[in-house]
Amino acid sequence: MTDITAGGVSPPIRRVEFETAESKARLRRRYRSEARFKAYGIAALVVAAAFLFALLSSIVMRGIPGFFQHYLVADVLVDAAKIDPEGKGDAATLRAGDYTAVARAALAEAIPGVEGRQLKRELNGLLSSGAGDALREMVVADPSLVGQRVKAPLLLADEADVFLKTSGTKIRVISDTRGIATPSATTGEISILVGANDFADDVALVKAELKALADSIDETIARRKARGATVESLADLEREATELRRRHAAAATSERLDAKTASRLVAINGGLVKVKEMTPTLVKGEVIIPLKSTADAAPGTWEIRVYETPESNRNLNDRGLAFLEELKAKGLVESQFNFAFFTRGDSREAELAGIQGALVGSILTLLVTIGLCLPIGVLAAIYLEEFAPKNRITELIEININNLAAVPSIVFGLLGLAVFLNFFGMPRSAPLVGGLVLALLVLPTIIIASRAALKSVPPSIREAALGVGASKQQAVFHHVLPLAMPGIMTGTIIGMAHALGETAPLLMIGMIAFIVDVPSSLTQAATVLPVQIFLWSDLPEPAFKMKTAAAIIVLLAVLFLMNGLAIWLRKKFERRW
Amino acid sequence: MDMRPDPLIMMTTQAQAPTTTPTKVAAKNVNVYYGAKHALKDVSVDIPEKSVTAFIGPSGCGKSTFLRCINRMNDTVASCRVEGLIQIDGKDIYDPALDPVQLRARVGMVFQKPNPFPKSIYDNVAYGPRIHGLSKSKVELDQIVESSLRKASLWEEVKDRLNDSGTGLSGGQQQRLCIARTIAINPEIILMDEPCSALDPIATARIEELMEELRHNFTMIIVTHSMQQAARVSQRTAFFHLGILVETGSTSDIFTNPTDKRTQDYITGRFG
Ligand SMILES: Nc1ncnc2c1ncn2[C@@H]1O[C@H](COP(=O)(O)OP(=O)(O)OP(=O)(O)O)[C@@H](O)[C@H]1O
Ligand SMILES: [Mg+2]
Repeated sequence: MTDITAGGVSPPIRRVEFETAESKARLRRRYRSEARFKAYGIAALVVAAAFLFALLSSIVMRGIPGFFQHYLVADVLVDAAKIDPEGKGDAATLRAGDYTAVARAALAEAIPGVEGRQLKRELNGLLSSGAGDALREMVVADPSLVGQRVKAPLLLADEADVFLKTSGTKIRVISDTRGIATPSATTGEISILVGANDFADDVALVKAELKALADSIDETIARRKARGATVESLADLEREATELRRRHAAAATSERLDAKTASRLVAINGGLVKVKEMTPTLVKGEVIIPLKSTADAAPGTWEIRVYETPESNRNLNDRGLAFLEELKAKGLVESQFNFAFFTRGDSREAELAGIQGALVGSILTLLVTIGLCLPIGVLAAIYLEEFAPKNRITELIEININNLAAVPSIVFGLLGLAVFLNFFGMPRSAPLVGGLVLALLVLPTIIIASRAALKSVPPSIREAALGVGASKQQAVFHHVLPLAMPGIMTGTIIGMAHALGETAPLLMIGMIAFIVDVPSSLTQAATVLPVQIFLWSDLPEPAFKMKTAAAIIVLLAVLFLMNGLAIWLRKKFERRW
Repeated sequence: MDMRPDPLIMMTTQAQAPTTTPTKVAAKNVNVYYGAKHALKDVSVDIPEKSVTAFIGPSGCGKSTFLRCINRMNDTVASCRVEGLIQIDGKDIYDPALDPVQLRARVGMVFQKPNPFPKSIYDNVAYGPRIHGLSKSKVELDQIVESSLRKASLWEEVKDRLNDSGTGLSGGQQQRLCIARTIAINPEIILMDEPCSALDPIATARIEELMEELRHNFTMIIVTHSMQQAARVSQRTAFFHLGILVETGSTSDIFTNPTDKRTQDYITGRFG
């Protein structure tokens, strides 16, 4: 048995040399290639880390404002006449009270004397339609507040909120005014006569602005022409540019202000006037906040405020902005953590929209998914790995499970649509169906992970169990499965995280609807977190952009949490053998 | 290091098995195939009760294969096919009516590599009695665990840490734990496949002592690559070569006076 004799020709004997030039060159080459490989690896890591950092920091920067909300924190008179006129005092009545009216009254108190329907509407528009909600909860919790004055946070509308978060325009204040200003009235359309030519600079500025605007329109026209736009389609722009140039060229010292140029307001005698037309010494405009009197204002006691961003480029118009600035100046505006973001369903009003509906929808959907996947997946894996005979059929099944794991998720959505909705007639948009579809999607992942976990249990453990007279089933359930459990749990959690982030298949079964109510059963219409993100990201309001980023942060946090749990489980139950 | 009796000296004092011992395991014309490979060819052997029988032979000759036929562990290998007759106490163990799981409770097995369950020492030993319902109460189970560990001469070392993991023991201790686990279910036969191959000489000596004690109550079959070990612990020896049972007889005969040339070559170290 040991008669191994070297047959045939024996090769020449060469040893590894250290000193020859050739061997040194080879060594240098090897070092170089190793260094190169290491450098590539580090470069790849750095690039990946940079991208990850950029992504995360961008999401966090955009998302953080989404977790906060601006409130008007005012002294609110909880007017019994508006809330409980008959003095019943029961919870239902208190809940049904008109808190919007109460909130508006508080606002009117904060900026008194605003006249005219238009202006009042603008003022009330600063408040959200749900402004009184927090107050309602306070009053319902403590009915003795009726008739009292309380400090309550009144939710601001999303335009105001976004404006405050993004500091929507630069405000230039010219306070070193030189002339005595005399307003003609305290409300309505008024004119203000100024003793010096305080507005001369501004008129020049407006003219410059008009020219710049005309130039930029010309550029646009040139660009469009280059791209082959027809002359007719550009006629409007041409006309506009011509008009702007005419205004710029006109020698007239009177200039009308419109939404395309920076807005100018005059703060005088405790009131605020929006300038509509100005000459160096006379402005005409509309009173936004009433003046206290028509008395002459000494130089330096009145000021010009310039809102640099033209009104048409802002979400908040001049009046709203003026009111908001006034409230801010009075210290009534506060930013608070937006707990309601986690306790409300979706809404058309950005400031009222929350993710609870989507979160609950996700949880319900995942419950269905895990309830189906874990038992079916693990039992299938156990059967295939431990009991199934190794033949054509099981081989075919195995190959197909691997194939299923690679099928695009939208296909599972189509399958769900065809089978669960159309054939079985299950309700659309329901977490039940979503869970079923996602179960189909992650089942292969779980089976594959579970099989790998079972396979990694050393066969000596099975033999040991069989050796003391355990049946195969006992060996598997008493020894192999507990040892494979951490691996199975890890695979399952990763599968669930995958399911949590899945959007496409859920679109197919109608989970993309706008749903306000937080679902409370498996068959109620619901949406899930990633779909909610998708829905919000499609909306034009900037407030929803922030909400989108905030919801992404929540989704990522949940995903990180799940992955962390998986790692923790693996570390905790890792066994040596 | 504590001093122990030299196993070689011990062997000289041990009684040779009387030739009248009844047969426990009888194999007649056993053929084993792994798929197309013919691993065991026409093996016939009688193994006497309450003694140690050693299987020796070069690597790959089919010792483990034959051992695994006796507790039907080969059933778990899909490609394996066993032909011929193997009887324990005169009953065919490949009878379809016989449950292989129950058979394995009667024919315990200790493996080459110590393979304790990754559970506590107590649970390792208690597992067999639990699944076979051998104890009526917790107290009884405690007694079974203690006496098994004592028989495996492990009790003194682990009595204070029965709840520690069995995988935390040293290799030799693990192997004795596996033996304790096997004898906790009181099998009639204990199969050991190279039980000392992963152990140092001292641990080996302890296991060998143990075999000597256990043979009064159990029928033992061990596979070993160590000629000295076979000589020390066994009363009978069977020599396998290329799937054939070449020669079987009392250990002293095989080692001093082998009849077959191949046996002689093997035990004198001419090949292997
Ligand atoms: N599961 C199996 N599948 C296929 N062939 C096998 C299998 N197990 C063993 N064999 C073959 O059967 C023959 C006998 O193997 P066996 O393990 O019984 O040898 P052995 O005498 O125990 O060797 P060793 O002393 O090295 O353990 C060998 O040729 C081996 O290749
Ligand atoms: Mg072997």
